[in-house]
Amino acid sequence: MDIVIYGFIQSVALLLMAFGFSLVYGVSRLPNFAHGALYVLTGFVAWAFVNRAGWPYPLAVVGALAVAGLAGLLLYQLVLKRIRGMEMSEVIASYAIGLAILEGLRWWGFRGGTHALPTVSDGVAFPFDVPVDHQRLLVVGVGAALLVGIWAYTRFSKAGLALRAIAQDERAAMMLGIDSDRTGMLAVALGSALAGLAAVVIFPLGSIVIEEGYKVLIYALAVCVVGGLGSWVGTVLASFLLGFAQYVTVAYGKPHYQMVVMLLAIVVTLVVRPSGLFGRQKSLEERV
Amino acid sequence: MNAQPQRRKERIDRGIKARAETIYALSSLEELAYLLGPRLLFIVGFLALPLILAPWPYWHRVALSVCVLGLVSVSFDFLANQVGLVSLGGAFFFGVGGYTAALLNTAWGLPPVLAIGLATVVGAGICAVLISPCLPLRGIYFAIVTLMYPLLMTRIIEAADILGGTEGFRGIAGFSSVWTEAYGLILGLLVGVFGLRRYLAEDAGLVIRAVKENDQSVRASGISVAGVRFKALYLAGLLGCFAGAYYVHMYRSVGISAFALDLSILPIAATVIGGGGTLVGPVIGSLILVPLSEVLRDFGSLRIVVYSLVLAGFVVFRSEGILVFAARKYQQFERWVEV
Repeated sequence: MDIVIYGFIQSVALLLMAFGFSLVYGVSRLPNFAHGALYVLTGFVAWAFVNRAGWPYPLAVVGALAVAGLAGLLLYQLVLKRIRGMEMSEVIASYAIGLAILEGLRWWGFRGGTHALPTVSDGVAFPFDVPVDHQRLLVVGVGAALLVGIWAYTRFSKAGLALRAIAQDERAAMMLGIDSDRTGMLAVALGSALAGLAAVVIFPLGSIVIEEGYKVLIYALAVCVVGGLGSWVGTVLASFLLGFAQYVTVAYGKPHYQMVVMLLAIVVTLVVRPSGLFGRQKSLEERV
Repeated sequence: MNAQPQRRKERIDRGIKARAETIYALSSLEELAYLLGPRLLFIVGFLALPLILAPWPYWHRVALSVCVLGLVSVSFDFLANQVGLVSLGGAFFFGVGGYTAALLNTAWGLPPVLAIGLATVVGAGICAVLISPCLPLRGIYFAIVTLMYPLLMTRIIEAADILGGTEGFRGIAGFSSVWTEAYGLILGLLVGVFGLRRYLAEDAGLVIRAVKENDQSVRASGISVAGVRFKALYLAGLLGCFAGAYYVHMYRSVGISAFALDLSILPIAATVIGGGGTLVGPVIGSLILVPLSEVLRDFGSLRIVVYSLVLAGFVVFRSEGILVFAARKYQQFERWVEV
């Protein structure tokens, strides 16, 4: 039972980490390699709001998410917008920005394991007689809420529908008066905010360290590649596949191999089936 | 209507460039100097570098690092801008070359020269074979998969505790003298750069560029695209592995840092800054970046911030790079004309 419960939690955490990346790539074909950096940035901003500015925790979280969204918006407006369509430039530029953010934070003095966000409660619940702390339950809750929220947003709101339209057929959408640049900006901002959301629910489980940024980028890439880049259904399924694989590796093998599993998953998937395990979902209608 | 008269910049080849293009290049010393000048400046400059820097051993070392990074950058540039395979894993070539040389030297006791030579040839083969399954991939997919290769090597070496584990190898033989060390590397760099340029000017280079522009038409001509890519990968591997093997013998140790991210991102920065697609540009780029990062060494990770911002800035605002810009100024003059 342990495996089922903790594997499930691990999977939802992976989904949270990867969803922002998947959304941005799915909508505007922008590989946002600064994803991991935005994740760590939000964690530190929330930490600073709580411990330096003395804000109450919920306000700090909202503030940090706003900062993440703003960072994504700036990233798009200042950098990505100018090199849109040149895939390799997008990868290199966003990766460089991410590197600058992460190493900048390290230089600023955020290093070591001394920074941590408070958990919502220290209690422990016992679903199916397995002890699970409340923070992990929150991860699952936020993950579920995120899926429902995104589903509703992309189906019932005007901006969400525009995102889907651009993702399905950019030219046709532009002919109908949807601004590709505005949607791209919205997607990157939303994706960054999602990275931030993952950060504020997952970071309380451990401490905030710079290396998480690189790890999260690799995890997000692994999930998106295995699920098929740009396929949202694939992202969900792949995060469960990899989440359980990861948990089993940690439980029955050396924790060292956890990363090896992710990296191998990327390499093997790309070699054997570049469109991802759920590649047939890359057909236009189901991409969103 | 625009009130101001519209103007555009017109670029015209300099007369001397037009004259120097054909057999008339031999007509006078001026044309010869025009053609040979930049090349000689580059070659003589590099050959003179160890002599000039001899009084400062530290900067002498830095100059050699420039050459090592230059080689890795040229290998990236060749793959990215000539073959069309953007590899974010320059560190993979470097690390494989380094570890092969270290093994050859410590286990078999080969002298440095032989170990480096063999590590270059064999290491490049290993890299090409290991990466070959990914050759059908292109664009962002190839970039992602090559980014993962060096990371995977690090993690496997760490987790399985093979190849010396996190410690790596120590006590690798060094060079007999400072001068062999310096000139072996510089010769390697010059041979690599100009050899590759010569190779690209031949028919083989035409095929390689064709694969980048339109692989379908290459296939239609009955040439195996995968074969051409494999060959190109091997050539790029030669440069990267040579750099890695040489570096290991220079510093007499090797560890998992040989696969570090630095070695993947710095060559890209050097290429973008120096000018992609020129093969000489990346060397110029590393000539700027390596001393810059040495100067900033005291600031810790701030130097990574500086060069990643420089990289992003160049990608966004000046994607042609320094050498392409300089070549244009050298070969053409510009003037504003009214439209």
